[in-house]
Amino acid sequence: MKNHKVIVVGGGAAGLQAAATLKELGVEPLIIEREMQTGGKVRRWHRLFPDFTSASEVLATLEKNAEGIETLCGVMVDSIDATGVTLAGGRHIKADAMVVATGFDLFRAELKEEYGYGIYDNVYTSADIEDMLNGDGVRLKDGSAPGRVAFLHCVGSRDEKVGQPHCSRLCCITAVKQAMELRESFPDAEIYNYYMDIRMFGAGYEEMYRSAQEDGEVRFVRGRISEASPTIDGRVQIKAEDTLLGRPVKMTVDMLVLAVGMTAAESNGRLGVGLQSGGFIAPRDLFTGAVYSPDAENIFYAGCATAPKNIGETLNEATAAAVKAAEFLLEK
Amino acid sequence: MKRTSWQEYQKKVADDDYYYVRSCIRQNFFPGSEKAFLNIIGGDLGRSIYENPEHTTCTGIGYHSDIVPMETTMTVVARQFALLTESGRENLAVSCITSFGLYTEMLETWHEFPETEERTRRYLKEATGREFRKPKNVAHTSDIMFHHREEIARKVRHRLVNVKTGEPLRVVDHIGCHYAKLFPKVGIGGAEFPHVLAGMVEAWGGEVIDYPERRHCCGFGFRNYLVKANRGFSIANTHKKLESMAPFKPDFIITNCPGCPMFLDRWQYTIAEMEGTTYGQDGVGIPALTYEEVAGLVMGYDPWALGLQMHQVNVEPLLDKMGVKYDPAAKYLGLNGKYIGKPADTAVNINCGTQQVIRNL
Repeated sequence: MKNHKVIVVGGGAAGLQAAATLKELGVEPLIIEREMQTGGKVRRWHRLFPDFTSASEVLATLEKNAEGIETLCGVMVDSIDATGVTLAGGRHIKADAMVVATGFDLFRAELKEEYGYGIYDNVYTSADIEDMLNGDGVRLKDGSAPGRVAFLHCVGSRDEKVGQPHCSRLCCITAVKQAMELRESFPDAEIYNYYMDIRMFGAGYEEMYRSAQEDGEVRFVRGRISEASPTIDGRVQIKAEDTLLGRPVKMTVDMLVLAVGMTAAESNGRLGVGLQSGGFIAPRDLFTGAVYSPDAENIFYAGCATAPKNIGETLNEATAAAVKAAEFLLEK
Repeated sequence: MKRTSWQEYQKKVADDDYYYVRSCIRQNFFPGSEKAFLNIIGGDLGRSIYENPEHTTCTGIGYHSDIVPMETTMTVVARQFALLTESGRENLAVSCITSFGLYTEMLETWHEFPETEERTRRYLKEATGREFRKPKNVAHTSDIMFHHREEIARKVRHRLVNVKTGEPLRVVDHIGCHYAKLFPKVGIGGAEFPHVLAGMVEAWGGEVIDYPERRHCCGFGFRNYLVKANRGFSIANTHKKLESMAPFKPDFIITNCPGCPMFLDRWQYTIAEMEGTTYGQDGVGIPALTYEEVAGLVMGYDPWALGLQMHQVNVEPLLDKMGVKYDPAAKYLGLNGKYIGKPADTAVNINCGTQQVIRNL
């Protein structure tokens, strides 16, 4: 089986796991990653839900398993077909099989203009909070500690107005996790989470949500924020409707955190493979064919390329895609 | 404001050859404004503007008050387009925000539901014998003023700068709800951060203020005011906005809707009478001007020729800040020099503890 080249498109969690699995099975893969280093979105995250495992520990394990695998970083894949991949610039690399693990993009919060991201100083995204947690800690623009924080769930998720009708699934638990991390940093702060539905689908998620309420004293308000505006003292005024009370709410907060959704990787559109309506790649079917491409028998899919998934689901699917790719080579 | 993404929300605005349609109410509210538009765009900038005396109401107020059915409105709009077609022009320049929203809404409806356009064409033909082509370009006249803002800036006589301090004047921009809240794509800058007025203010030297209730309705909102029982709601809206903007110390408010300057202006007097509260600096009110009036001041027009004496809140403190010369004795003289009558004193008694203070808004 040696010498059959499999190209893994994407070097995030799914790509690293697929490549490591292929290596274990004796197949020599090549990883092509568009960023300058592998690790994908996990590299940006500080700790992971639902048990606050360090993201860098998870990434270190993935990278260790993929050690020694040939990797091209900073290289964009332009298109894929049954013969291999064509890189931006036109170079074609032949391969016997491909695992597509292009991941996802974070929703661009500035598209929801009414929340003032990029306009008002103390409006952040969940990814910005991870950056701060990885750095010197969460602070307001002027370096001070927030006294009142509001998280808004579903920013660019379940929102047809911005072309994102799907549920990103992970923004709810991310907002809950970050609310608890802020509680840890700021014991006296008031922390509010504005949501439309709480979707706690994973093992341990519901328990974390309960703990946020009972132990973290995080207040959950069922209602979407309609707009954010600046106050004269640099704070952020938010308006929402508390749909359980049936009353409008107006609140001034020091910090507004937008829990941004997962959108289809923008690069999916160029690849030349079939897409779902939201831009995620379309697998053969959603049940027994989730890792197979309907376009070619030697193309396999893994991770968030096809839909939002958590890291556990992503790694399982990457393993499955790698095994199926190896089986394909064996049967060839 | 840090926002620059307004540039992504652009619309095509015709540069010349406008077919101008007036508002039903603006000539009563602030009668110098439409005249100022015609003088500035048609006279000073030399663009061609055509007006048709056969133009009628668009039915907007009746439509939004639920007393004119949509089919009737469509047919009336179709007739306006027929007049445009007969004039040989293609660029509709709409003075009223509600008319602009209504024309846009009818065009969008015809686009989405072609059978409604067919039906409207039939009704129009049966009723008037007329036919129409859709306008090539539909712009609100504030879009047109925005389009020409740099050309106006090159002719500026009085920048929006405090001549005593050299600081930019602080300006609240208030956009009419029917400008872009109905269809964000037709507004310069979109619905959340419209740039149509902000662009003029910045081009002419001023600074735009963002404040918490920036997007809130001025208080007109047809049913709020036209239904007498709802007028408390009307003034409550205006009150909310004024309370919100006052800490930012605006020098004036600029508007692009027929109703907004009226309500933001007149309710200041009422609130002063009711509560003894004034929102401007030094105990006076905050002038609420139309964009044509602001353009006229910037270009050196006489403030009384612009009709600024029709505002309840006195504009003289603003004129002084801008260094605009004016003749106080001519304030209530008409264009022909004839005395037009002076309204009742705008002074209000304000109860400050044990003292009665008389303030002139």
